[in-house]
Amino acid sequence: MTQKLTPEQHLELYYFMQLNRQLEERLVRLFRQNKIVGGVYSSLGQEAVSVGTAYALNPGDWIAPMIRNIGSLLVRGVKPREVFTQHMAKYTSPTHGKDGTSHFGDLKVRHIVSPISMLGDLIPVMTGVAMAGRYLGQKIVAMTWIGDGGSSTGAFHEGLNFAAAQRAPFVLVLENNQWAYSTPVARQVPIRNLADRAKAYGIASKIVDGNDVLAVYQATRAAVNDCRAGRGPALIEVKTMRMKGHAQHDPAEYVPRDMFEYWKGRDPIARYEAYLTEHKLWDANKKSEIDERIERELNEDQKFAEESPLPLAEQAKEGVYCEGCHTIEAEWRRDKKELMPPVANVEAVWKIADFGGVRPELGPEAQVATQGNPAEPKRSPKPTASPDEEVAVENQQPIRVPFGRGPKDRVFERERQERQEKHAAKGPHPRHRRRKR
Amino acid sequence: MPEITMLEAIREALFEEMERDPTVVALGEDIGVYGGAFKVTEGLLAKYGPERVIDTPISETAIVGAACGMSYLGLRPVAEMQFIDFIACCFNQVTNFAAKSHYRWGAPVPMVLRGPSGGGVHGGPFHSANPEMYFVHTPGLKVVYPSTAYDAKGLLKSAVRDNNPVLFFEHKFLYRRVKEEIPPDDYTVPIGKAIVRREGRHLTIVSYAAAAHTSLEAAEVLAKEGIEAEVIDLRTLLPLDRDAILNSLKKTNKLLVVHEDTQTGGIAGEIAAIVCESGFDYLDGPIARVTALDTPVPYSPPLEAEFLPSVEKVAAAARELAQY
Repeated sequence: MTQKLTPEQHLELYYFMQLNRQLEERLVRLFRQNKIVGGVYSSLGQEAVSVGTAYALNPGDWIAPMIRNIGSLLVRGVKPREVFTQHMAKYTSPTHGKDGTSHFGDLKVRHIVSPISMLGDLIPVMTGVAMAGRYLGQKIVAMTWIGDGGSSTGAFHEGLNFAAAQRAPFVLVLENNQWAYSTPVARQVPIRNLADRAKAYGIASKIVDGNDVLAVYQATRAAVNDCRAGRGPALIEVKTMRMKGHAQHDPAEYVPRDMFEYWKGRDPIARYEAYLTEHKLWDANKKSEIDERIERELNEDQKFAEESPLPLAEQAKEGVYCEGCHTIEAEWRRDKKELMPPVANVEAVWKIADFGGVRPELGPEAQVATQGNPAEPKRSPKPTASPDEEVAVENQQPIRVPFGRGPKDRVFERERQERQEKHAAKGPHPRHRRRKR
Repeated sequence: MPEITMLEAIREALFEEMERDPTVVALGEDIGVYGGAFKVTEGLLAKYGPERVIDTPISETAIVGAACGMSYLGLRPVAEMQFIDFIACCFNQVTNFAAKSHYRWGAPVPMVLRGPSGGGVHGGPFHSANPEMYFVHTPGLKVVYPSTAYDAKGLLKSAVRDNNPVLFFEHKFLYRRVKEEIPPDDYTVPIGKAIVRREGRHLTIVSYAAAAHTSLEAAEVLAKEGIEAEVIDLRTLLPLDRDAILNSLKKTNKLLVVHEDTQTGGIAGEIAAIVCESGFDYLDGPIARVTALDTPVPYSPPLEAEFLPSVEKVAAAARELAQY
């Protein structure tokens, strides 16, 4: 179901995309003036991804942006001055000069987890955020982004698999911008659609035109809603194009020129401007009003950053440990007593639905169906409780092999009954006897 | 009070911390239904339920990553490495993500990463390691390595309550071999404080974990020969209790460091550097060390015995130093 956006929201999407682009253009200029001491990683051409995805979240949700998601930060309320000062290594930056670029966060107010440069690590981290949110009863969704390149890391697999096994409220935006530094997708991965990877984790996925901000927003909003309803994680592959090199130093000469031309014709901001005009959501006055606002805000924040001091040398040794400088408090949205003993007395033996064997009598297609892919139409439309709740209720672990569909499988059922009768005659298995307390 | 083992003391700490604070959760491979490979977490699931005792896939990176994420929402996760050797699989999450979080962007990671370590049980090259120094070399982490049941319980409680990522090494040779009476009250042992296990005046032996017991045994042997060794158990490797080492050295003027970790890059080197910088005038002899060999931990008993520091090796080194 699509979410209807108000005219103001339509214009807000434009504001954030244009702010993202103009901010980064200024970063490039500052870089050329040697006012940025480190790198600048352009997201030119990818603004619709950053903005459209983050716009689909609620204020209490959590994000962990990647290097090309400055647009997502802006949507979450980050001010351009924070981005300027970070790049310029100023003391006034969110990290006081300890780290650069988009490597900063905000735990308390905007719920942003800082990325690190090692790709894929944010996936297990945001899985933990999603699990903790559920644990505390917060009804939040956690979101992070990964590139086509980062999707080849081990952390990507470990994190996504764990998120899926936990049915964590976690949305992964797989931002396929065609290039991992200088290596094209086809050279990294032997599949055309990276969204196919979701099948291996049994989670929902979709593919979206990443240069259409409304399509990105709608797809993400639907995934976020599903996720919040307890249907487990989702992966959204957005197809887009990195229109610059990996970073400012890289002229991207390895990219075919006509590929740039192809994607230039699909520029997300130009397309969205045409859409707004066509649907009479704005006029020339409105556009210049927004553009002037952006110009004004950027002027002011750039000035602030340029006039800000660098950190003092002696601050280098500060802040390695938290010794009383932060208060750690969980925000409970459920009764803590639910988590204190006596909790359900869980027996020290698992319940395994169908004992996991190959079942040739069901044919190869049925084997695929038993993977329990929530993206398959067979899946129950009813929101599923967290696996943990389920264990507490039925003492059944989150192994979702749908043995429940088994009544049709008479052979197997008969075998099971025979086994039970045999066991009943013999008495409990010695190992089970030993485990009993 | 009956005597309990170090393993039971660790288990008690987990039970008591989970009872005290509902933000404490445990996660790891086979820790719930099975109760952990060494049964440290046995009974935890039955008491606290599957939301708080989470059986994970074999994914060390996912375990530590998720623990970091949980800690950002104010939980205090205690993650288990089934064997501490497997921490190599999540090295990046520990050293780049968790350790740098507070320094880089002011986000504390109140997480404990605990697991069985050390040799002497014929575990072979992948179930016997002492990888503590990788992490002692990582600012932002704390590294704790107790040698007694009392300390293990009190230090684990301190680790859970600490606002930083704490690596908690549990020497598996000691799990069921050391026993003592533990007071019934809710006590803690401070992180970063060494303890004098035995007073002496002829030389100082600095050690930790199983090697601390080896050192104490050697001290008994030496005492019969008239050599009184002072034995310091570091208990915490990061932050290191420099004062405890220097104060003892002031008294004995001779220093022997004993550890089960391999020699090159082991903490003995760091301690020697500290003493050279801040205690050179106290020295009446060379700084000596007895450590494991610079090899992987071998499997076969005679090889492993050769690899590990022994009472004989420690006593011989101490004798030589005392006579210097």
